[in-house]
Amino acid sequence: MENLGALSLLLALCLSVYSVLSSVVGKWRRNPFLVASGRRAVYAIFVLTSIASGILVHALMTSDFRLAYVAGHSNRAMPALYKFAAWWGGQEGSLLLWSWVLSTYAAVVVWQTRKKHREIMPYVVSVLMITQCFFLILNTFVASPFQVLAIGKGITEAQDGQGLNPLLQYWTMAIHPPMLYLGYVGFVVPFAFAMASLITRQPGDAWIQTTRRWTLVTWMFQTAGIILGAAWAYAVLGWGGYWGWDPVENASLLPWITATAFLHSVMMQEKKGMMKVWNMVLISATFFLCIFGTFLTRSGIVSSVHAFAQSPIGKFFVAFLALGIGATIWLILDRLDYLKSESHLESVVSREATFLFNNLILLASCFAVLWGTMFPVISEAVTGDKISVDAPFFNRVNVPIGLFLLFLTGVGPLIAWRRSSLESLKRAFLWPSVAGLSLIVVLFALGVRHFYALMSFGLCLFVAWTVVTEFYKGARAIASRTNSSLLSGVIELTHRNTRRYGGYIVHLGIVFMFVGFTGAAFNKDATHEVVIGDSYRLGRYELKVRDVRAGENENYSWDHAVVDVFHNGKQIGTLEPERQFYKASGQSVSQVAIRRRLNEDLYLNFASMSEDGKRAVIQTYVFPLVSWIWIGFWVVLFGTLICLVPSKYRLQYPKTEVVAVAGKHAPVES
Amino acid sequence: MKTYAKFAVLIVIIIGTLAWLATGGIKETKTYYKTISELQEMKDPHGKRIRVGGDVVPGSIRRNGKEVAFVLQQDALKLNVVYRGNDPLPDTFKDGAQALADGRLDPSGVFYASKIQAKCASKYEAAPGKPGQRPVYGASGQARM
Repeated sequence: MENLGALSLLLALCLSVYSVLSSVVGKWRRNPFLVASGRRAVYAIFVLTSIASGILVHALMTSDFRLAYVAGHSNRAMPALYKFAAWWGGQEGSLLLWSWVLSTYAAVVVWQTRKKHREIMPYVVSVLMITQCFFLILNTFVASPFQVLAIGKGITEAQDGQGLNPLLQYWTMAIHPPMLYLGYVGFVVPFAFAMASLITRQPGDAWIQTTRRWTLVTWMFQTAGIILGAAWAYAVLGWGGYWGWDPVENASLLPWITATAFLHSVMMQEKKGMMKVWNMVLISATFFLCIFGTFLTRSGIVSSVHAFAQSPIGKFFVAFLALGIGATIWLILDRLDYLKSESHLESVVSREATFLFNNLILLASCFAVLWGTMFPVISEAVTGDKISVDAPFFNRVNVPIGLFLLFLTGVGPLIAWRRSSLESLKRAFLWPSVAGLSLIVVLFALGVRHFYALMSFGLCLFVAWTVVTEFYKGARAIASRTNSSLLSGVIELTHRNTRRYGGYIVHLGIVFMFVGFTGAAFNKDATHEVVIGDSYRLGRYELKVRDVRAGENENYSWDHAVVDVFHNGKQIGTLEPERQFYKASGQSVSQVAIRRRLNEDLYLNFASMSEDGKRAVIQTYVFPLVSWIWIGFWVVLFGTLICLVPSKYRLQYPKTEVVAVAGKHAPVES
Repeated sequence: MKTYAKFAVLIVIIIGTLAWLATGGIKETKTYYKTISELQEMKDPHGKRIRVGGDVVPGSIRRNGKEVAFVLQQDALKLNVVYRGNDPLPDTFKDGAQALADGRLDPSGVFYASKIQAKCASKYEAAPGKPGQRPVYGASGQARM
């Protein structure tokens, strides 16, 4: 079986090379049969990688420990869900998942365009297949998931596997990596269209229109993947946070930032014909950051403090990145003529300007995160000292950036194109500003002194106010015209321009998330060593340890605490944090207990047993407002889905053009 | 052209502010990665935040209230470490484990750590790309991408 798997990967590799060649040569020679066979090869690759993935999954489900990958990432006692999730639990498997997702996307693209875009498709296919080829090389020669354990490698027989890392045995972890991959890999599609349109010297923005849904959907997957990861960190890692600016987290954030910038700046191209080079750069940057992120996590270049993770895979990624980036830069420079801007910036106070600043700021944030993540590598290359920077660095730069972005989120959608008059600014922003400022004053009076927190809450209300006003004004107009309710007015309004109002909903979700982030300014925590009967206080809670006990099942042994929570002498709940020690992997993991509420979470972590084994060490945290992050995420998801719904009327985006110049040529009526 | 000048000024202000914040941030949080031998060759190690790695010498762990003293070893070189952090030590911190100590070197030659990361040496093979090799959260990162 494993031979069949390896063989199908090898065949897929050959076919991907064939597909690139036949598409390009077929296009040059104008031979439609060659082009068509290149497209069919894409389907064949999809089938072959599916067979390989199926075989690996089958081996995992049936606990075939002859395979090194299965022995390393699965064990008999593991539930079926996690046996399946072990597919992406390690290096070889997750690279196979990359390949499989990519081949699926490629097949979908080829199917969608079977009757369209004849001109550019051969190049789209070849860009997709070059990427596919790279990952298949890794699957076949560097990190094969079908390696059979051999005597002489230190293992003579495998009765049971090591098991999936227990930290990964959690439901969000089972779906978080595929989500992120769907997002990461998805950006290859808009990238391929962008490159194909450059190669064939297509004028205009057809590639953006064609790939708009792709971009949105993959952005949505990325967002979901990142937030699921944060939710997982919050609920499983037990360090009481959802984001630690760890290199791996940063790697997933980087392409998300450039993708977000791209989603905004394409509007400039569609409506004004501006920023064409910029969009090319952004989509390429997003794609290469996706590859770079995979490289960062797979090669261990940054997290390897000493020999924690060294992998030969890094060289391949560096080569692919260098060649790819070089080719892209050359292509963009060579075809700059086709990317000329059609209009100019006219005023600092205009929609164009907010887009520009939005992009600038997002890029600055991306650069800062990249810089901080790569700092150990850069500093070692420059000074010889390996120096790392911590979370405070990232926060220091990104918190002001975030707040400025939040401000632009409120201002951008309402400000006029080209230039805004003072009068229109006042009309749009007077009340939101008053609301935001009053909130700041009230909070200050209530004793909140944290500068960024005050700013953030003020801006959140400002943005929310502008969004709600937009909905209200539009809906009221429709409702009064059609004599219907305000709610049906809102639905009708959104349906007429799903892209705009879906975007507003996304912005509202982002506001909720900022409310959640800001809560972190008021976190509280304490660590206690306790025995049964002890009680202690944190914030407004009184906690009483009712029971501490231990036990085991076939997968892990555990310590378990039962803690009653009181507020004002009244019992409001019971929390049961647990700590599990997994036998197969020899690792331990916390099952934290969280009392989730809209205003704040109470979070208990069973950290360990004390030295003498008599006392339980329990960490207690209070996280204000953290639930709003997850609520905001659902709102963002909903808004993105709305954006994907076709508008009721097909919208034309008229570009502003100079039709005539008022003056001596214009007919003047007197 | 005046508009473009305005944009240029605004952009310079924004980038300047961020660069200023970033350099401040780097100064505040920079941590040197060192092996024990590099640490001993370092010119002026005192007062700098340093992260040093090595193996925990079996039998060297001594606990004294909240303080934990142990010896880190790299080949023949040894380093006395005292941990005085608030967080409980990870379970993986045992005799023979690979550990990373985050802290400062005292002029007396003792390394005072405020954070310890450890991984169990015996459990994972040295082959590349297997879980458990990321120092911070175990293998979490492996599958998070």
